[in-house]
Amino acid sequence: MSVAEAPDSGYVGRSVPRPQARRLVEGQAQYVDDILLPRMVHAVFLRSPHAHARITSINVARAEEMPGVIRVFTGRDFAEVKTFAGVLAHFQGMKSAQQPCLAIDRVCWCGEPVAVVVAETRHQAEDALDMIEVSYEELPVVVDIESALDPATPVIHPDIGDNMCFERELDAGDFEAALARADHVIERTFRFPRHTGVCLEGRSVIGDWHSAERRMTVYISHQAPNMVQDCYADLLGLPESAVRVICKDVGGSYGIKTHVYGDELATCALSMMLGRPVKFVADRLESFISDIHSRDHRVKATLAVTNDGKILALGFEDRLAVGPYSVYPRGSAVEGNQICNISGQWYTLEAYRARIETVFTNMGPYSNYRAVGHPVSVGFVEGMVDAAARTIGMDPVEIRRRNLIPDDAFPHKALSGPLFEVMSHHRCMDEITRLMDYKGLRAQQAALREKGVYRGIGFASMIEITNPSAMFYGVGGIRVSAQDGCSVKMEPGGSIVVLHGCGEQGQGTETIYAQIAADALGVPMETVRLVTGDTEVTPYGGGTWASRGAGVGGEATWQAARALRENILALAAMITQSQPDELDIVGGIVVDRTTGEERISLAECGRIAYFRPDTLDNFQPELMVTRHFVPKQFPFCFTNGVLACHLEVDIDTGLIRPLKFWCVEDCGTVLNPQLVDEQIRGGIAHGLGPTLYEQCLYDERGQLMNGSLVDYLVPTTGEMPDTVVGHIATPTQESEIGAKGAGEAGTAGTPGAVMNALNDALAPFEAELTDMPFTPEKVLQALGRA
Amino acid sequence: MKSAAFDYAKPASVAEALALKRDHGGSARFLAGGQSLLPAMNMRLDKPDLLIDLNALAELDGIGDAGGTIRIGALTRTAELGRSEVIARRLPLLGRCVEHIAHPAIRSMGTFGGSLALADPAAEWPAACLALDASMIVAASQGERTIPARDFFRGLYTTALDEDELLVRIDLPAQAENARSVVLELARRRGDFAIAGVAAQAAPTNDGRLSDVRIAFFGIAEHPVRLADVEQAIESGGTDGVDAARAALEAGVEFTSDLYHAAATKRHLAGVLLGRAVAELLNDEA
Amino acid sequence: MSSEREIVFRLNGREERASVSPRLHLVDFLRTRFQLASPRVGCEHGVCGACTLRVDGAIVRGCLFLAVQADGKDVETLEGVTASGELRDLQDAFVERNAVQCGFCTPGMLITAAELMRDDKVHDRATIRDHLSGNICRCTGYEAIVDAIESVMVQRGNRRAS
Repeated sequence: MSVAEAPDSGYVGRSVPRPQARRLVEGQAQYVDDILLPRMVHAVFLRSPHAHARITSINVARAEEMPGVIRVFTGRDFAEVKTFAGVLAHFQGMKSAQQPCLAIDRVCWCGEPVAVVVAETRHQAEDALDMIEVSYEELPVVVDIESALDPATPVIHPDIGDNMCFERELDAGDFEAALARADHVIERTFRFPRHTGVCLEGRSVIGDWHSAERRMTVYISHQAPNMVQDCYADLLGLPESAVRVICKDVGGSYGIKTHVYGDELATCALSMMLGRPVKFVADRLESFISDIHSRDHRVKATLAVTNDGKILALGFEDRLAVGPYSVYPRGSAVEGNQICNISGQWYTLEAYRARIETVFTNMGPYSNYRAVGHPVSVGFVEGMVDAAARTIGMDPVEIRRRNLIPDDAFPHKALSGPLFEVMSHHRCMDEITRLMDYKGLRAQQAALREKGVYRGIGFASMIEITNPSAMFYGVGGIRVSAQDGCSVKMEPGGSIVVLHGCGEQGQGTETIYAQIAADALGVPMETVRLVTGDTEVTPYGGGTWASRGAGVGGEATWQAARALRENILALAAMITQSQPDELDIVGGIVVDRTTGEERISLAECGRIAYFRPDTLDNFQPELMVTRHFVPKQFPFCFTNGVLACHLEVDIDTGLIRPLKFWCVEDCGTVLNPQLVDEQIRGGIAHGLGPTLYEQCLYDERGQLMNGSLVDYLVPTTGEMPDTVVGHIATPTQESEIGAKGAGEAGTAGTPGAVMNALNDALAPFEAELTDMPFTPEKVLQALGRA
Repeated sequence: MKSAAFDYAKPASVAEALALKRDHGGSARFLAGGQSLLPAMNMRLDKPDLLIDLNALAELDGIGDAGGTIRIGALTRTAELGRSEVIARRLPLLGRCVEHIAHPAIRSMGTFGGSLALADPAAEWPAACLALDASMIVAASQGERTIPARDFFRGLYTTALDEDELLVRIDLPAQAENARSVVLELARRRGDFAIAGVAAQAAPTNDGRLSDVRIAFFGIAEHPVRLADVEQAIESGGTDGVDAARAALEAGVEFTSDLYHAAATKRHLAGVLLGRAVAELLNDEA
Repeated sequence: MSSEREIVFRLNGREERASVSPRLHLVDFLRTRFQLASPRVGCEHGVCGACTLRVDGAIVRGCLFLAVQADGKDVETLEGVTASGELRDLQDAFVERNAVQCGFCTPGMLITAAELMRDDKVHDRATIRDHLSGNICRCTGYEAIVDAIESVMVQRGNRRAS
């Protein structure tokens, strides 16, 4: 039986509310800052005010005399902690300098930790921070993406040769021939701004070292507990068994919290040095200069199209500007690599030519953030498709219909290399145009234009990489698990405990595991309890990233719970002197499979198994089962979808008002429609931000100029319109549950859809914008009005 | 980030508050609503030695209707101005500002006088007071003086207040019965400080023109701006005077830039708002 | 006047006394002295809204309100509001509609929404959005939050009508 065949009375496929949400709405969540340990002290980091400088002296004497201060540490005090760099062995030629957890002798970005005060309170630590005297000798900085590789530009780390982190080229099909056959060759340059995740809860960690036991407990706001365990054990020189990582509630993550940060690692090292629990909570200002940033691309693209709308070839050069080090352990190059792999691969191209250059700069650290690479790929490709449609005078839906891979053409080998199992682009397009009443919307647009109201409609078709296999990190020597483990246990009273290596940060992961386990076992969901986020008790797992929690972690849950079900039935058959295949579990009771008549309760099974096993002769009940799962047939599970935006432009002021979004997504089996819909809606906010509002603005000295929530503009309720979500479900055959990932679509599709809607609105003026974020000023400039 | 340490005093009278300020000078700050001061202190951009909390001074709080003059205590909260029937009826221009000012929780605490004394160039209250010819009543240990709004706003976060002076009350002439007012503001997000804004009031005449035109701009220069040439152009020409008024505006203002908008953009946007404000003032349906 | 100040105030309906450093803002004070976790520190510059709580019935930013200013005031946090049951229906609706993901913004959202709901009107979505625009949520995209609030306004309206 697969999930899709489960009876309608089951939980999978229904919008079951999250039981865990109750504690969140009653203010009883427990984030790291809520955890109070005896003898705990507070660490606050002094951060570099310069983007690139030599540290000529540090004097901590006055700071150490301040009230409440335990000690002040500088980079050299962490000599025992290993340096680190995220270099993926399967990314040919990729390189990075080694990064220390605190700067030694030289700082490479504005915000790099230079010293750390440990004090009885955070207030006292901050007071002492003001007393640390550091002398710097400023060095030339690299902040301009265009000149980063020029011979005249200084090399940030001379020992690695140049400022290139990773470059890759891909050439498939006869690109020149396709260009020669095209009626039009469209060329555009796009800019995608550097931006960041702005988790409402800053990065937070408590290192709690027990010197007698030589054991480290790490309470951390993180998405990947086992990765933290592995990395911290290695970097701190401890056996992995000595490191326990506990992730309780996490106040937003979005990829920001999948990395090793020097300050968090140092906090644990401080606990070892001081023999006391040490807490570090990043405040808002330091979050902006020390959390990873992402995007920051300049893409020059070429599209060959015929007059009848056939797209022949896509080519592009993408340069992206990362920080001074490749972030550990996942690196800073996956973004560019994904763009090489996926750009435009949802169309039936004849030729594809890609070049990406990932360059080091003295801006803040940079790595994987929600929908890695996708908003850029989808954004520029869909912008090119609309530019082509305008050039040949074709409707944007029609040009997509003529080029999207047919729904019956799967499996499909993409020109860029990957094999796509199954997709549903055309059904998704049918559904979205139906949901939005596309024809009606176009008629309304025309009528309003007559009245001087300029509205635009924009689409973005897309694919998304989800459910990654070991081909993502493991093959590159990166110790991030692609597999997830799940243990399911029946307790004596018949209740079920699910222990899972993949936790949650609000997505609802635990809820879908409970739904899956309840259906697999045949028990009420209320009797299923989830335990996640503790490496000491859960099976090994990868955590939440790349939309893997449902598809990978969910399948592990299904397999474990099904296996437990078999074991329970075997036990029940033994007790009731029948055959397992004559029995079933329904509503938490073992029944006769054919008559439905009650045979024995789970509580009675539990009582006998745990307290009277002597009555079972030689039969040993196994009421706890562990299963692991990892995708093996396909390196990644590619999902697909389409997103549409409707907006209005005030052509006198340049202000853009998003009116509505629609998204139709194919994430395979929809385990919980409400949770999937909310992933898409939340993702859209992360896509809309950098399209209209968000950008990390650096000056020529490498200073972040808008590093506060006053100046860095994340969307509020006032900007985010409602979104209609639709689903097409083509389950993956890779797993029994058939679920693909759903966390990326909103973020991936929004920039392209908004850009296309904007340019559609401005089409009467022949104005076109490709430089995000689309500020009022840029719109006015495009219109020749400012 | 946490504020640096400071001393705290909560005087029971204005005289006591003024004496404290006189004694501590530039190292002391008056705490009114605190919605701008406390963020600056939390970021350690401002580290006063002493906070003089004005919130016990009931004499600074409240809205009074003295016939032709409305008296607003400097400590009156933005939310209170939004709720006030007196403001809605006698000074609707002020009432229209409220919805543009930040967010409800900020409006609970933020004060009228605090905003005026801070003189953020993008804030609504300074422009509204300029448009309405408000009188600023300021007190120091040695006595009170009155500063007309047009002389009060001197530059970027700079007013005519001396270091030991406290803005205690704002007197505003009540709006004429037939006057109309409009507050327009351009912001990328709801509740943000304006990229450009305008607070305007005028009385329609029987022949379809506008008299007693008052137009103050904010967010476009180092301080709120009101220009006689602009107002005269509208008084004499109505909608037809907008082009001349725009020209006068462009000639008379030293436009500034912000993080996201160049001075030229603000110049354009101010002109757009001018046209929209005049159209609304002339609109009999509104 | 230097160093610590004595204050007496009501916290979630109970009178409390404390000695506080003037620089302590109300959120840090409630979190460290009373272990009340629901007011959350999200930015400390008054923008994110995660620390929103009630003082004398009005919503304020807890990070822009000093603990010493609470002297003589009536302070309410989500813990108190939960205990009183005032927002039980809205809390239920947030769970039912999944208007909460990571939960960090949730206490501030609920306290802010409650203020709008005090007039017992059924406000339109634009008004709800406007009222909540000073509370940042990074997870939901806000629609579920607006839905939940709207649904409870309608429910309460129906209950009054019947």
